[in-house]
Amino acid sequence: MSYVRRALWLARHVMVVVVLSVLAGPIAASAQPAAAPAQEVRDEIDRLRNEFTALRQQYDARMNALEARLAAIEGRPAPEAAPAAQQPPAAPGVPSPAAGQPTRVEVPAGATGVGGPEGALPVYGNVSALSKIFNPDVAVIGNFLGAAGRNKVNPMPALELNEAEASLQAIVDPYARADFFLSVGPGGIDIEEGFITFTSLPGGLLTKVGKMRGQFGRVNTMHSHVLPWADRPLVTENLVGGEEGISDAGISVSKLILNPWMFLEATGEVYRGNSTIFTSHERSDLTYLARLRGYRDVSESSNIDLGTSFVSGKNDKGSGLTTRLIGLDATFRYRPLRRAIYRRLLARTELVWSRGELPDAAPTSFGMYAGADYQFARRWFAGARYDSSERAFAPTLNDKGGSALLTFWPSEFSQVRGQYRRTRYAEGTTANEFLFQFLFSIGAHGAHTF
Amino acid sequence: MKTLTRFTVAIAAVALLGVSEARAALKVVATTQDLGSIARDIGGDKIQVDALAQGYQDPHFVEPKPSFILKLHAANLLIVVGRELEIGWLPPLITQSRNAKIQPGSDAYLDASLTAKILEIPTGQITRAMGDVHPLGNPHYWLSPSNGRRIAQAIQQKLSQLDPANAAYFAQRFADFDRRLTEGEKQWKSTMAPYKGTKIVSYHRSWPNFADEFGLDVVGYVEPKPGIPPTPSHTLDLINEMKRQNIKIILVEPYFDLKTPNSIARETGAKVLVMPPSVGGVPEIKDYVQLFDYDVKLLVSAFRQTGSNPTARLGPPSEFTGSSARSRRRSVSPISLNSLWILDSRELQSQVGRPWN
Repeated sequence: MSYVRRALWLARHVMVVVVLSVLAGPIAASAQPAAAPAQEVRDEIDRLRNEFTALRQQYDARMNALEARLAAIEGRPAPEAAPAAQQPPAAPGVPSPAAGQPTRVEVPAGATGVGGPEGALPVYGNVSALSKIFNPDVAVIGNFLGAAGRNKVNPMPALELNEAEASLQAIVDPYARADFFLSVGPGGIDIEEGFITFTSLPGGLLTKVGKMRGQFGRVNTMHSHVLPWADRPLVTENLVGGEEGISDAGISVSKLILNPWMFLEATGEVYRGNSTIFTSHERSDLTYLARLRGYRDVSESSNIDLGTSFVSGKNDKGSGLTTRLIGLDATFRYRPLRRAIYRRLLARTELVWSRGELPDAAPTSFGMYAGADYQFARRWFAGARYDSSERAFAPTLNDKGGSALLTFWPSEFSQVRGQYRRTRYAEGTTANEFLFQFLFSIGAHGAHTF
Repeated sequence: MKTLTRFTVAIAAVALLGVSEARAALKVVATTQDLGSIARDIGGDKIQVDALAQGYQDPHFVEPKPSFILKLHAANLLIVVGRELEIGWLPPLITQSRNAKIQPGSDAYLDASLTAKILEIPTGQITRAMGDVHPLGNPHYWLSPSNGRRIAQAIQQKLSQLDPANAAYFAQRFADFDRRLTEGEKQWKSTMAPYKGTKIVSYHRSWPNFADEFGLDVVGYVEPKPGIPPTPSHTLDLINEMKRQNIKIILVEPYFDLKTPNSIARETGAKVLVMPPSVGGVPEIKDYVQLFDYDVKLLVSAFRQTGSNPTARLGPPSEFTGSSARSRRRSVSPISLNSLWILDSRELQSQVGRPWN
């Protein structure tokens, strides 16, 4: 290939000579009439010099581009002078690839931009490195919990890495994306969620298939690290299955109900029937869930979000016995757009009625929480929550509690939280506890739904 | 039964309304008002434009409201800034839009950054220890007229592809936009020419393309690292650096708190300039050309008020010291700037003492 380079070198010099001789002609001609004012001649020379400089720059740029392309073809790094090839420096200590393997990848057409990666991209390692491009976004979020104080009914360890959540998220093909959340905790590893979302189905249906958190209310859909608290409310613990919640293998279909007044979304889900509060005795014991959500902007900075959910499935009190849950949730958000990174308020309440069939009775238990979270500085949040919940199958036992919280964000990727929690259990004992939480995230965790 | 019938009729009416609207105009959703404005300039009355983030809002932190899902659901074209500017809020909206046309990689998904000139593309290893870095380069690239032209051209091509019947119309609108932008550019550049090389400080790394285009030298940031709020030690360093280099302008985007910039200004005698980086940042900025009109006017009047000057060009780049030489240079007239390139330091000192105008 070296003769090509030599030819390029030769071409460059021939070009310079040609340009010079072209320029020399007019200069000589204009110099001849002695009567011409010296100023004019000087101006003319300046103009020609500028033209020549411009020409040379254009020419150099073309040559450099050519050289860069040549280098790409030959698999060698482009010469230093090539400004067009903005390549990241090759990682040191990369083993030289085996003969015959391409060391550079051409940027696909359409992906390049001015100043973006152009020409060739280096490949670190060998051909298999190509697959890295299609690796999913990977992130790990650590949730470290600590507790101080006394709680005889529901004690938490003093210090615990409660959960490490690993997420793997990517677009599958033109029709779908996939999200996996693996939760590793003291109890072992568990698929918290793992589902495919079909984004391009006809009829405006958004369909998810896999293991998912059911769309029952708000808290049930949330992973621990997005909760505004270090714990989950009493109503979740007592009636909706605690930390794991209604989370099962199934299919979820949702549709927008278009209307001129508000955002309205209807969701229908069917699950295998095995989660904390539901038990499937036979194949036909499925769990059915329905949700209707309405949302409306009140102004550009505030909005109201209302939802109602229903879920029904078989419980573990006996064959054929059903537990039905009805939930209502309401959220008010305020976030002034001009100060969006400094101020925000979120007030939310959820009410849940649970009717659990027993062999001889079907008691209905009620539980609720109401809370608010206020951001008062760029990295500081204060919050409060009131809890009250009867126990499932035992509406006479009513637990009550309250919490006050302070949260600090060192950055978007870590969070420190303190929570004072006072719980008065139905047995008559009162627990005063201080919970603290460290959340930290590495990697690329996808944005959460609203 | 009666209610059901009424409900069905209502739904059918809404559906029909939707269809007739879709025929009337191509529905374009842009993630920012800047892209929306350029799209409007190109599409004219053949398209209907909606912008998601407002110009006075930090485009990194937008709430993914369900009302945006409705806009995306109906969109025939989605134009995004790209370079991961919207990474924190747009992907779930697109997923929930139930609109196959605007999914990333589809025909009606236009990443405006693909043809633009992108600066500050990190090379080598990057980590979050560097703050909220954008691995694909600085996403505030629309703040240069030449990129505005590139964006406009990309939009023109995309609109022509989606609506070939109106291709000539879009080409005509692009030519018109190009002409107005070129005229403006000439004027902005000549207005800014005397201040070429002036050193400034900005809050966030929003202005590299703007500074590149108009020859400003951004030497420091109020944020210690992108996305990290100001810290006392960094603020102190910045104050010292600004005093040493005699920097008189602090650019602040409208969505940042003015407390730290104001206290820096008090210490250094600099002026805090709330400069909108987007169309709609203030009500006067109604389109892309007006954005530069406004910002250039604002900057120049601040330069005049503070007596900022481009002495920076005369010394070695940014971290140089040697305050005595600089204090003498401070009074060099901006008129002589163009010729100063070829002067050496002795000639320079002979000009000391000329009044600043």
